[in-house]
Amino acid sequence: MGIRFILMVNKQGQTRLAQYYEYLTLEERRALEGEIVRKCLARTEQQCSFVEHRNYKIVYRRYASLFFLVGVDNDENELAILEFIHLLVETMDRHFGNVCELDIMFHLEKAHFMLEEMVMNGCIVETSKANILTPIQLMEKSS
Amino acid sequence: MAGPSMMETLFQRTLEDLIKGMRLQLIGESAFISKAVEEIRREIKSTDLHTKSIALQKLTYLNSLHDVDMSWAAFHAVECMSSSRFADKRIGYVAASQSFNESTPVLLLITNQLRKDLTSVNEHEASLALECLAKIGTVDLARDLTPEVFTLLSSSKVFVRKKSIGVTMRVFEKYPDAVRVCFKRLVENLESSDPQSLSATVGVFCELAAKDPLSYLPLAPEFYRILVDSKNNWVLIKVLKIFARLAPLEPRLAKKVTEPICEHMRRTGAKSLMFECVRTVVGSLSEYESAVKLAVVKIRELLLEDDPNLKYLGLHALSIVAPKHSWAVLENKEVVIKSLSDEDANIKLESLRLVMAMVSESNIIEISRVLVHYALKSDPEFCNEILGSILSTCSRNFYEIVMDFDWYVSLLGEMSRTPHCQKSEEIEFQLIDVGMRVRDARPELVRLARSLLIDPALLGNPFLHRILSAAAWVSGEYVEFSLNPFELAEALIQPRASLLPTSIRVVYLQSVFKILIFCVNSYLSQTETLADLEPEVPDSISQRENSEASDLASVRALFEREHDEAFNPGVLDRPSTDNSIEDIGNAADGDGQTSTFVSFRKNGFTRESIVNLVNLVEVAMRPLSVSLEVEMLERTCNILGLIEVLKRELPAVFQNEKVLEKEELEVLKLIKLMNDAFSEELGPVSTSAQERVPIPDGLVLKDNLADLDEVMGDVKLPSSSSFSLESPYNGQRMDPASCNVQSKEDSEASSESTSLLAEHRKRHGLYYLPSEGNGTISNDYPPANDLKSGDTNQDDTEDFVKLTAQSLVSKKKPNYAKPRPVVVKLDEGESVPVVLKKRDSRDDLLSGAVRDILLGDDAVKLSSSIKGKEKVNADPLDSKENMHDMENSSHRKSSSRRSKQRPHRKERGQTNPEKLGVEKEEHGGKVKSKSSHRHGRQKSRQKAEGSSDIIAETPVIPDFLL
Repeated sequence: MGIRFILMVNKQGQTRLAQYYEYLTLEERRALEGEIVRKCLARTEQQCSFVEHRNYKIVYRRYASLFFLVGVDNDENELAILEFIHLLVETMDRHFGNVCELDIMFHLEKAHFMLEEMVMNGCIVETSKANILTPIQLMEKSS
Repeated sequence: MAGPSMMETLFQRTLEDLIKGMRLQLIGESAFISKAVEEIRREIKSTDLHTKSIALQKLTYLNSLHDVDMSWAAFHAVECMSSSRFADKRIGYVAASQSFNESTPVLLLITNQLRKDLTSVNEHEASLALECLAKIGTVDLARDLTPEVFTLLSSSKVFVRKKSIGVTMRVFEKYPDAVRVCFKRLVENLESSDPQSLSATVGVFCELAAKDPLSYLPLAPEFYRILVDSKNNWVLIKVLKIFARLAPLEPRLAKKVTEPICEHMRRTGAKSLMFECVRTVVGSLSEYESAVKLAVVKIRELLLEDDPNLKYLGLHALSIVAPKHSWAVLENKEVVIKSLSDEDANIKLESLRLVMAMVSESNIIEISRVLVHYALKSDPEFCNEILGSILSTCSRNFYEIVMDFDWYVSLLGEMSRTPHCQKSEEIEFQLIDVGMRVRDARPELVRLARSLLIDPALLGNPFLHRILSAAAWVSGEYVEFSLNPFELAEALIQPRASLLPTSIRVVYLQSVFKILIFCVNSYLSQTETLADLEPEVPDSISQRENSEASDLASVRALFEREHDEAFNPGVLDRPSTDNSIEDIGNAADGDGQTSTFVSFRKNGFTRESIVNLVNLVEVAMRPLSVSLEVEMLERTCNILGLIEVLKRELPAVFQNEKVLEKEELEVLKLIKLMNDAFSEELGPVSTSAQERVPIPDGLVLKDNLADLDEVMGDVKLPSSSSFSLESPYNGQRMDPASCNVQSKEDSEASSESTSLLAEHRKRHGLYYLPSEGNGTISNDYPPANDLKSGDTNQDDTEDFVKLTAQSLVSKKKPNYAKPRPVVVKLDEGESVPVVLKKRDSRDDLLSGAVRDILLGDDAVKLSSSIKGKEKVNADPLDSKENMHDMENSSHRKSSSRRSKQRPHRKERGQTNPEKLGVEKEEHGGKVKSKSSHRHGRQKSRQKAEGSSDIIAETPVIPDFLL
């Protein structure tokens, strides 16, 4: 299914966004997030952005105080996922204007909305920023 | 109800309030959350859908980020989904997608809601429903909503269409029959001019092909077109992934796609696409030299980048090439070796794997040297990774790549001395394993064992204890290769050995016992050489053979006689008589038959040294004889018992009498027997050996061996020479008689020498292991602290059972000779379990349906283009038009004939009865789609087997790729 989950975690290890594409129980999620955060946040800038974990790998990228962690199947293209993360950040940047952690905290549902447009069932289906943002803008206008 | 509801609506905290409140809370996060949940529980009961949805939104937020349970709110989510207000509806859908799973009871309630929204004119409502279905779709939902998804697949609104494409994957997965309905439209989307739909469709096929590539081979022309035409890197990456799966199934396809892939690799500026090309080539197209060469060039570029990501991926790609093209690794070896010291553990690990992939017989010594040296400098974790990979690489397939075992043994020694080494269990295993399998390595093993045992510093390191245990076992088992057994014994009884845990000390004690027996025996046998010269000796033996009873009596008499003259330690303090040593030396020299080796060793066993050893051991053992550990106590008592017997029965040795008395020869014999028992070789035993041993005729296994004495009484004592038990490796069987005899001898030994022990056993029988426990000994690999047969503390019965079992097992052990030192292997049972690649052979409903569709489809629509119908897999099927695209002029040769025919066929359109007739004949008139489906499987099997049928059929296959 390509992408298994997308996490946004701040430097302190607090989860800011969690999107799973397979059903996990609360306990499983908690355990998984704990392990991953411990593993990835300890790494330095000079180390590579790929971490093997259990039977999949995590591609992560840090933007300011926020870590974007994407869990993918082993044969997924790591660099493409890095680009995907970057696209996500750019999209949010375009929408929020200079996106920061607080934006995601207070507009979590919008961040989710963007992800929904971009990823379907673990597959990346949309990569155009304009297309991703159209429905959100429509909804904002209507409300 | 209206009142509070109104109030709640007015004063309800929004999600934003909640988040702000959480940031400002002073009562602790969990308290705040539980208060918030309480509030939500109240609000969510509101009849006002807006209030309800906001409560649900807050709950969803808390669930997502703070792990608050929200399964109780499932029904409320359903309620919100039915709201007419889009924002509320959305909240309901998000909550449902996030919290519902297969076992959510209210799932049954949402089918109609989803259907309604899927058919809604509002594309955003449809999109919500699609997203929800993609996440929580169950078998029922998938089945019930297939028609709606089908409709949306050809929607004119791209926004909905791309999502409906995305959802098909979930639908197919849950309800394979949906393929029959939707697949055609999905395929049509592959040709869609709209990039969004195309991208989504390719993504779906990528996932589908990952599960069962074979079914999608017929779509290869479509994918090929995308590969050549598409400018979208996301799509190209997905298509490459599809080809990586398909190419191994169809060599002509591989040939066809190699060039465009290389073209992409050369031209693209995107690293992600370039890397995907590299990965496809090295993973699936590794037979195409030029492509691989290009890929390796690109890998090299990646390796030389400063970006750790690219470096990691480069190494990763190299490790995929390595098995088939080791030159690629060798070309880049400096980078690989340098990466060993990278600051990223992942990169280090990856390069370590590569280094190990380069290992061969010729360079293993060099590489190991470098790595062990490197391990010294690394952090503990990586150090152990290195050691672990050396150990596993070298021991792979019975030390396949190790040519020089002396070197390997010393490497093991070096590794065990590496600080941070935590691989002691593996090293322990290998030390013993090499000892048992490789005869030629034993002298070196003993040398290593000596150096390990003799170093008191090692005893303090708990990580090394297991290795010391192996060293102790080796030193006892192969003591005959030792240059100085006395030194070994001293090392084993050094005071610091008390730092060891009991489980390892007992191995030490057992080895001391073996060494002691060995030394005494060596000494006595050289004295016996002297005695042999005297005429009366044969008589004494024959006499003994004649009457067992009188023999025992005389022994008893001897015992009584010597009881009076207590052993006088003062004797030892007397300056030893030089002439006696010389005597022995002369005797040994004078004996022409003695080999130089033996004479050399014999010279080492002087009377004085033996006496010294015995006394030293005795002194060391005394304090242990009150140990609380039964195992230690038992073994200590064995040793002390032996010493006692020696001193009582061999005053000649201890009191400086040169000539052995008649009766003393019996002790001599006893020692010899024990020594023989110990020097029987232990071989590796397959885990299943015991089951494979047939119970020989005449062997009656009884619980109660009361009649053992009777059996034993009948057996004559053979001459001592027959006790050099044939090693199992000679392929000879130990004859059952000698086996019996030995056990008899052992029983005799035990009864004579360890009366003390016997008494102890009688009193503390409770603490002794039950005999069944040891009976299974030959079932498995003998552990280091395994008691050997003939051990005097064993019950007679046990000895018997064990020896029998062992001798039987040894029959089953073949050996494989090799030009290098022989490494003993067992033919079966011990072989490395063959890891069968788990071909996902579950009769996948999905792939079945897909094939039915793809092939069935053709049967109706395009059968005319299928020639002969033989090659289902390779058929172009629905790709008539594409054929032209695919046909590069350079490839005309084989297809010119067909290309002439094709337009003709196309005109004919529908079914070709003649061809179908052929088909039906061939497949026994079965339904076309089914038979061809089956045939497809058959075909794949044939291909796998490299059956010659393929060649025969080849001309018939429409060469759609050429």
